[in-house]
Amino acid sequence: MSVLDRLAPELITGAPLLVMQGIAKRYGPVVALEDVAATVWPGEVLGIVGESGSGKSTLLRMMNLEDTPDTGTYTLALPEVAGNLFDLDRFARRQLCARRIGIVYQNPHQGLLMGHSSSGNVAERLLVAGERRFATLRARAREALDVSEFPLNRMDDPPRLLSGGMQQRVQLAKAIALEPALLLLDEPTTGLDVSVQALVLDTLKRLQRDRAITMVIVSHDLGVIRTMADRVMVMRRGRVVEEGLVDQVFQDPQHPYTQELVHAKL
Amino acid sequence: MPNSERGAMVPGAVVLQVEGLAKSFQMHHLGQNLHAFDHVSFTLRAGEFLLLKGPNGVGKSTLLRTIYRSYLPQAGHVWFSHGAGRTDLAHAADVDIALLRRREIGFVTQFLIARPRVAAEDIVAEPLRKAGVAAEDALEQARHWLATFGVKRDLWRAYPTSFSGGEQQKVNLARALILPPRLLLLDEPTASLDVGARAALVARLADLKAAGVAMIGVFHHPGDVAALVDRDLMLMAKEVDDVAV
Amino acid sequence: MSLSNLTRPWAAFSYGFLDPSAKREIRRKMIKAIAVPGCQIPYASREVPIARGWGTGGLQVTLTLIKPASVVKVIDQGADDSVNAASIRRFLSRVSGAGETWDTLAATIVQSRHRIPEERLRDDQVLVLQVPNPEPLRPVQPNMSIARQMHADADYGRLWLVLYEQMVRSGRIMQGAAYPALVNGRHVMTPSPIPRWDVPKLNMARHLTFLSAGREKRLYAVPPFTRVEPLVFSDVPYKVEDHTRLTCHRSGLTGVFMNEIPQAAGGSVFEASDSHLGIKAIRRAEGDAAEIGPLWYQNGEFRG
Repeated sequence: MSVLDRLAPELITGAPLLVMQGIAKRYGPVVALEDVAATVWPGEVLGIVGESGSGKSTLLRMMNLEDTPDTGTYTLALPEVAGNLFDLDRFARRQLCARRIGIVYQNPHQGLLMGHSSSGNVAERLLVAGERRFATLRARAREALDVSEFPLNRMDDPPRLLSGGMQQRVQLAKAIALEPALLLLDEPTTGLDVSVQALVLDTLKRLQRDRAITMVIVSHDLGVIRTMADRVMVMRRGRVVEEGLVDQVFQDPQHPYTQELVHAKL
Repeated sequence: MPNSERGAMVPGAVVLQVEGLAKSFQMHHLGQNLHAFDHVSFTLRAGEFLLLKGPNGVGKSTLLRTIYRSYLPQAGHVWFSHGAGRTDLAHAADVDIALLRRREIGFVTQFLIARPRVAAEDIVAEPLRKAGVAAEDALEQARHWLATFGVKRDLWRAYPTSFSGGEQQKVNLARALILPPRLLLLDEPTASLDVGARAALVARLADLKAAGVAMIGVFHHPGDVAALVDRDLMLMAKEVDDVAV
Repeated sequence: MSLSNLTRPWAAFSYGFLDPSAKREIRRKMIKAIAVPGCQIPYASREVPIARGWGTGGLQVTLTLIKPASVVKVIDQGADDSVNAASIRRFLSRVSGAGETWDTLAATIVQSRHRIPEERLRDDQVLVLQVPNPEPLRPVQPNMSIARQMHADADYGRLWLVLYEQMVRSGRIMQGAAYPALVNGRHVMTPSPIPRWDVPKLNMARHLTFLSAGREKRLYAVPPFTRVEPLVFSDVPYKVEDHTRLTCHRSGLTGVFMNEIPQAAGGSVFEASDSHLGIKAIRRAEGDAAEIGPLWYQNGEFRG
């Protein structure tokens, strides 16, 4: 049963931005996702928590249209697209991702050209979307890096010369350069020092507050989810075992797995 | 959002109607069900102040959190009348709860969830900013309330993460009370306050009450707010084996 | 008894060196290349009697096009008399019976390395450019499988990124030869290592251009009247080499692309890169009736 089926009649919040329904994916005999549904409303932060192999990253990749499920639908309430996004052709997908969806990967190598300049990495996003004025590219790359609290005196250094925290800020700048409708974060602070992690999370939090960007953040770290998310989905073995407001899931977890998870952490 | 836009808080209008509310905690690892309360019913009107009473551990805070939906109730309804109609908080969608919390329902605890690198005055001004008040205006009001609750002027620009418990609580109160909600839940807000701040809090609560805010409170020393209390609700421990400790 | 008694006298197996099936394959790929302007079409790339990297791609296209009535001009960096150009030209005429010329106006096929002649090509002429590296994405994407996907997606952001970084580092575009250009609004090609000066000559040209890389086994084409737009930022105009004020020290020509020749005493002199144009200019100055056709550039301005 999806959230919408259960709650639509009395819903006072407006229409959701993202709706995924009946998502299933198998790799041979391995079930990656089974009957997963997700709904994200404009301006909110949805956290997806679960251990590795729970299917949370696969789900995020599907939200970024990098992967397609065996069954299931995915819609985004945007004027330029309609219907199941998994049915879009390759070109339309690329356009949609480039213009409307930003993503920050756990591994910066996945999201950045490590040998090109940091500002160039951000500018590339704008170039792919068709911006052809050098002055504009420069100005917008600078602004996106600045908002991501990246030190501008290093904006033309390549990411391979930067620390892990800085690399994540470049990824973030790249992801928000086009003011995406949806920002996806895949373990954005995993692998960073704890102190750096706090700073990056703080930047994300600020961004969320100032720009009300809709975000989906995947993490195995409950602390990250609790800091960032409004609502949380708990995943295990390809299924959503529990879903709720962050404070409710952490204070009053219902599913045995979530209780275990929360108690192990606290 | 200004009150006028979300429906006036008419004195005497029913704000909250709780019917047969029950809460217990299923502890899977213990294979046990911890009972908190059941059959709680009451009605709360605009401008009313309801005091929750009962022995320690009887579930007063639990009831507040269940109304706020930090806890999921087992049974019953929490009908909340707001600007856009009437919603059962016990069953409403999570997003709706989030929306109502932003606009209509306030919760004051003794714990501040401070965020790093955000100045005290910005934390306090945030609800106003989200409600569309201009930045300067919001800051002005924020400073007023920080001053009222006795936070020293040189701390306004500082980050509350480094404050003492008492100072953090003042920031917390200023933030929670800056924008009058329709329903205000108070979970021992006076716990770590000094006398001056306590007086400021009681004065602010009196103002809010006069403005039509409905309040439910748990107070360690109910004497502080005795003048505000309209009614009280006594929660009794249930005579069963597996009572919450 | 000798070998010559035992065998028939030598005769060419096929007209124009390549066997008919090879020519048919290349011809098909050439038609494909015309049909999808700027798109690199793979082909088999036969052995020819010069080394890979010395113009085998251009040679195979020319051998496929050539017929006895053809007149071929072969230039290397603008010069007809370099060893490589001369060898290829002689080889072509020997295996086909086609005529040889140094004069752009007289040629039906112009095979070239690194230059396009200064005299405007006509619609009855075919330009064959030798290409060392046909993949414009190679500098930004070493994996050729991914590069092909990027072409399929028209995903050229990284090429712009290179230009962006040149602007950031140097304040101007540093790309000299092989300036990437968008063909027919769809495929980005490298126009072979011709100077920026020559790229506009491909845009909406009357002649057909083939570009062929023998070692890399790819050929592509710019059909007549096809848009060829160098990648540029809209606020940073495309600039060709500024040779307007230079004068050829041998022919006195101005307003054409020049080679710089450093002098032992320091400093340098310039001479017209299109060597036969220079020769014609000298002849005219000496009173001969050498005809010079209309030029692409007049007073350093591209006229097209």
